[in-house]
Amino acid sequence: MTTNDFLQLGLYLAVLMALVKPLGAYMALVFADAPNRVTRVGAPVERLLYRLAGVRADEDMGWKRYALAMLVFNVAGVAAVYLLQRTQQWLPLNPQHLGTITPDSAMNTAISFATNTNWQGYAGESTMSYLTQMLGLAVQNFLSAATGIAVLIAVVRGFARRGAGAVGNFWVDVTRTTVYILVPFSLLIAVLLLSQGVVQTLSPYVDVATLQHGTQSLPLGPVASQEAIKMLGTNGGGFFNANSAHPFENPTPFSNFIEMLAIFAIPASLCYTFGSMVGDRRQGWAILATMLLIFVPLTVGLVAAEQAGNPALHGLAIDAQASAMQAGGNMEGKETRFGIASSGLFAAITTAASCGAVNAMHDSLTPLGGLVPMWLMQLGEVIFGGVGSGLYGMLAFAVVAVFIAGLMVGRTPEYLGKKIEAHEMKMASLAVLIPCALVVVCTAIAVMVPGGKAGIANPGAHGFSEMLYAVSSAANNNGSAFAGLSANTPFWNTLLAICMFLARFPLAIAMLAMAGSLAAKRHVPPSAGTLPTHTPLFIALLACVVIVVGALTFLPALALGPIVEHLTSITGH
Amino acid sequence: MKTLLRQAIVLFLGLTVLTGIAYPLLVTGIAQAAFPHAASGSLVEANGKVVGSSLIGQAFTEPRYFWGRPSATTPAAYNAAASTGSNQGPTNPALTDAAKQRIAALRQADPGNSAPVPVDLATASASGLDPEISPAAAEYQVGRVAKARGVAPDKVRELVAANTKGRQFGVLGEPRVNVLELNLALDQAVR
Repeated sequence: MTTNDFLQLGLYLAVLMALVKPLGAYMALVFADAPNRVTRVGAPVERLLYRLAGVRADEDMGWKRYALAMLVFNVAGVAAVYLLQRTQQWLPLNPQHLGTITPDSAMNTAISFATNTNWQGYAGESTMSYLTQMLGLAVQNFLSAATGIAVLIAVVRGFARRGAGAVGNFWVDVTRTTVYILVPFSLLIAVLLLSQGVVQTLSPYVDVATLQHGTQSLPLGPVASQEAIKMLGTNGGGFFNANSAHPFENPTPFSNFIEMLAIFAIPASLCYTFGSMVGDRRQGWAILATMLLIFVPLTVGLVAAEQAGNPALHGLAIDAQASAMQAGGNMEGKETRFGIASSGLFAAITTAASCGAVNAMHDSLTPLGGLVPMWLMQLGEVIFGGVGSGLYGMLAFAVVAVFIAGLMVGRTPEYLGKKIEAHEMKMASLAVLIPCALVVVCTAIAVMVPGGKAGIANPGAHGFSEMLYAVSSAANNNGSAFAGLSANTPFWNTLLAICMFLARFPLAIAMLAMAGSLAAKRHVPPSAGTLPTHTPLFIALLACVVIVVGALTFLPALALGPIVEHLTSITGH
Repeated sequence: MKTLLRQAIVLFLGLTVLTGIAYPLLVTGIAQAAFPHAASGSLVEANGKVVGSSLIGQAFTEPRYFWGRPSATTPAAYNAAASTGSNQGPTNPALTDAAKQRIAALRQADPGNSAPVPVDLATASASGLDPEISPAAAEYQVGRVAKARGVAPDKVRELVAANTKGRQFGVLGEPRVNVLELNLALDQAVR
């Protein structure tokens, strides 16, 4: 790795860490029960929405009602996106006269955007009308992110409340997340992106005669507004096929930096919000430290692998050495302005978080460089993870970690003053195991049926990696791809839609069930036998639990994909 | 359940108006007021005609122009309506073959140049529309362009330098040369 590679990583982490406290404290105010200086500002908008919808803002929901509200709200989202895609040919704001979308693809995309996955089987610029993008996809970018944050806040209330029968009001949580957090910060990010050259217009595509006597049709659209929430909500669905590699989505290194910051800003800051809401900020910092402990070494590994270059090209008359004149390394599937550092960092961030936007083609990463994003997803999207969902996934791992520690010393485990008993352990185990099981089972199905293998683009072990990556991405609600795989087929659209749905909602419901039972419990004051959960010891234990589950489940599969490809690549056969 | 349904649907519609109509239209308004050039695609004009976007690369194959990154878009390179990378895996023989062909094409256009080819000229970009090449890739082509235009290499080098951007704020991204802007400058300076 070059000095500049480290410099870009260091600068990124420094700016991110500076954001955590102010943004985290702000979000704690947004979800505070008592009215405060933040929630007074948007009160008129909130009141209007509640009055129209017949929502009583002071209704406190039990976990079942909260979960039901979440489900109904998201089903409405799926239906809206599906219908928009099927009818876009008759609707306005379709200057390119794009046609209807096939039922399997439309259903896949609807579920994909409602589950915050944003897996894309289609190419945006040749498929989706401006209206579908704005009114369908971008709205789901907001609302799926708001859903994730709402569920997290309910789970945190489960730990924070004592002897309570309820976990909050889903309608209020979703509305506040959208009005106070997602819309204002998206607006800020959109303006920053505009200043760098991201397009934002409702005009049709522009046809030009190029310098060397060719023609080019330049696709446009309301991109900046969608790009902002695509990153901030860890959604990742690109306006264009090339996603954040497209110069109209991500034109400069600074726009790239903003986009990377937007991905981690909320997941990192929510750790602070969590600490604040449970009345012990050290708990939040400990979770954040655990995430960094896993994220940083894996990122360094990814960038180093890419900077080392592709051994297959070593024999050719190619200069891949990093210098003041070029980034060097493995430049296949990468943009010149991003080189190795800004591409490698982006690849790690987008898969650690469940964003799934890409500014480089992951299919063309070196074998070890490609292993890192795949494994970051397989760890359950808890290293930052999706907005809200990353942290509630991590809290499930924390419950498992205190349980394991409790087994070692023979005591009933406690976390944040709540006794962890059989019901909590069942729910936490479900949350940990659902994505793991989905990845393993559905990859096996894809490998065994012709419809699965038909999508493979690259020969050998890499072809298996493409399938494993796709299922890992869908079953952890990430959405990035080894995009050579031809996934816009009935088989893949259906399999991946099932993965996305099952990874999102059953897992969220399990966590809400845990929150419901935790909220009802009384607070147990810490005693001499209580394992403190803010210490380096616990941070190490939690990191180990995440790593061990991820390694035990996926090492065999990874050995058949990226690891064997790495070995053949360095030995040359 | 009926209350819940009504709440879900009305709130969904209300938030859709906020996030799917008000918000993108507000951003569009700001964009057209404050950044009209960039928001409409950073279009570039030459002799009063729009010849492209400074952010979207174009196919250059004539020796008198600097060539951009190899592009994997179909059916032709630099098809702006269908952005894509090659998605070829690192051990795919097709990747190595493509690199060999690109090296051969560069060598054929510039027979006297035996320097190794900078890696970004031998590998396809992520978007297929990369507007830029590395300074190393520009330097590699200086001799060929100078010869094709019958000017001194240093004259071409000056234009390359004038169209080279360093890392943003000295840290971010990579140094790079915008190919379309450089070629337009060439056409202006050396007829």
